[in-house]
Amino acid sequence: MPQPRRDPASLESWQDPDARPFLEIRGVTKVFDGATYAVDDVSLKIFRGEFFSLLGASGCGKSTLLRMLAGLERCTQGHILIEDEDITDLPPFERPVNMMFQSYALFPHMTVEQNVAFGLRQEKLSRQEIRTRVGEMLELVRMTGFARRKPDQLSGGQRQRVALARSLAKQPKLLLLDEPLGALDRKLRESTQFELVNIQERVGTTFIMVTHDQEEAMTMSTRLAVMDAGRILQVGTPSEVYEYPANRFVAEFIGAANLFDGRVASADGDRVTIQSEGAPSDIVMHHPQPLAIGTPVTVALRPEKIRLLDEPPPEDVNWIRGTVREIGYLGDVSIYHVGTEGGLTVQVQVTNRGRRTSGPLTWDDVVCLGWDADAGVVLPA
Amino acid sequence: MTGRRPFWLFTALAFGYAFLYLPIVTLIVYSFNDSRLVTVWGGFSTRWYGELLRNEQILAALWLSVRIAAMNATFATVLGTLAALTLVRFARFRTRMLFAGMVAAPLVMPEVILGLSALLMFVTLEQMVGWPAGRGMTTITIAHITFTTAFVAVVVQSRLSQLDGSLEEAAMDLGARPWKVFLVIILPIISPALIAGWLLGFTLSMDDLVIASFVSGPGATTLPMVIYSSVRMGVSPQVNALATIIVVVVSTGVVVAGWLLHRQGRRRQS
Ligand SMILES: Nc1ncnc2c1ncn2[C@@H]1O[C@H](COP(=O)(O)OP(=O)(O)OP(=O)(O)O)[C@@H](O)[C@H]1O
Ligand SMILES: [Mg+2]
Repeated sequence: MPQPRRDPASLESWQDPDARPFLEIRGVTKVFDGATYAVDDVSLKIFRGEFFSLLGASGCGKSTLLRMLAGLERCTQGHILIEDEDITDLPPFERPVNMMFQSYALFPHMTVEQNVAFGLRQEKLSRQEIRTRVGEMLELVRMTGFARRKPDQLSGGQRQRVALARSLAKQPKLLLLDEPLGALDRKLRESTQFELVNIQERVGTTFIMVTHDQEEAMTMSTRLAVMDAGRILQVGTPSEVYEYPANRFVAEFIGAANLFDGRVASADGDRVTIQSEGAPSDIVMHHPQPLAIGTPVTVALRPEKIRLLDEPPPEDVNWIRGTVREIGYLGDVSIYHVGTEGGLTVQVQVTNRGRRTSGPLTWDDVVCLGWDADAGVVLPA
Repeated sequence: MTGRRPFWLFTALAFGYAFLYLPIVTLIVYSFNDSRLVTVWGGFSTRWYGELLRNEQILAALWLSVRIAAMNATFATVLGTLAALTLVRFARFRTRMLFAGMVAAPLVMPEVILGLSALLMFVTLEQMVGWPAGRGMTTITIAHITFTTAFVAVVVQSRLSQLDGSLEEAAMDLGARPWKVFLVIILPIISPALIAGWLLGFTLSMDDLVIASFVSGPGATTLPMVIYSSVRMGVSPQVNALATIIVVVVSTGVVVAGWLLHRQGRRRQS
């Protein structure tokens, strides 16, 4: 999936140890009914101009965290700071934060124009100013021609634009988006993803978006946080999280991963040798941190990093033999599910441009699979 | 076989509707009867409508009933809306069920019991605090409010529970304080339900004979009470004319209320 072009300078603030975070979440916890830990001790630093995504499965607490940022839900514990100012106890109508709701929450009895103007009317702005600002916002989301319509006369995509315009109209310092594209069909979603990123770059507002679609989070965000059961498991840029998942859950949640459980047999500098019951040969991987011999680990390999081999490699490491069980032809690439002799199923992704010397693969062909030492990561089991 | 089934269905339906509406149709037809004897058809005439307009007693009762009904509908709408707002806000299911049940109890309580208990309350109050002094329009209005509030609460609550809670949150998020959210977001959206509730309250109060009879006093005779007592002295064709007018007014009210709710429901779906 292509990435929208970004200004590279804006990407580096979180790498600078002296940078002042724009939004700081300190040990925030939300307990419902005394027992449900919807958000569990979350700490995050988000920088100005970021497009940050909260990614996780349904019910992991993404919306609850977002709603606490908006002030719609009280924190059970912890603090939220915007530019070093504690906003934990501010009510929603006093926060410099706006939210775009998943259901859009457009006011049904108001026209598009009135909806967008609603937030501005709450401030003491002149009519002229409001009119100008509403005009700008409608232009930004290309809805100028629909100003007089009521929400029930709009399509889903149009409503989504109006909701975006309404939440941006007050020029908030921080915009929260709860699954902004969730109600759109696939095609509209993809075009809207780019548009949303473009709009964010143009207005320069910090965005925090909730999504359970990992592809969406990867395409749109500068950084993302993977959540599970109220906790944050990893924070990083899309490529960091994809290439170097911090644990099993993240490896499996972001993209597809083939996992081999095993133990460290020997370690030599930044190379570890792992013995796994799933693989007949030793697995040799790069791993910068030292690991004790005997440590249980999991090796995660992405399907596109595995190659089809005609015969086992001469060094007799990093390979596996199996039978083709399923073939998924996706046009540009094919996905093979290979059942190994050890009883695992390994996914392999192959681009359809190269040809194997022995002709195309079919079901029940026996193949060898191989990979390089830096093609995957070693995770704590 | 299949050809006959619609016929039977149709007959059953017609019979059912006839059972429901024949008495009312008879009444309307006889209100245009020229004869003084209610059961003998003496030709078409609107003379009873004319005489009705000159009947001071009936006109006074009508005016009293309208005033009571309007006041009752207004108070009941305010109270019922407040009750409904409170009810939908109870997060806990059990508390909500308990209070919703208590609000709705007057819907199923026999009117005789409602009337009797209201009477007892008024008498006790008068002995203890001296208010309300005697019984009349005030006591009828209060008694009506207590039972019509339940109806309004049910109508408004059903509308409120369909309301997307994020609308309120969105308005607050955009900087509106809670009371403003209520005024500019919630109230306009539920206004059709409020109008329907008001009309319902008005109609119920106009209709009521039993409760009013219990709590009314000398000089406060509502329209249904006048009709009932005059019928006991022998049915006058004037009463037919009056009843016809009431049927027309009430059914218009019900149709308007229903139409408002229906239109709103359709809007919500689209
Ligand atoms: N008002 C509430 N009362 C009690 N429990 C709640 C409440 N709101 C959320 N929860 C619980 O908190 C947990 C997290 O909910 P949340 O809505 O944040 O999930 P989510 O990550 O947004 O999921 P989804 O992707 O489905 O929207 C869930 O287990 C949910 O049942
Ligand atoms: Mg959610």
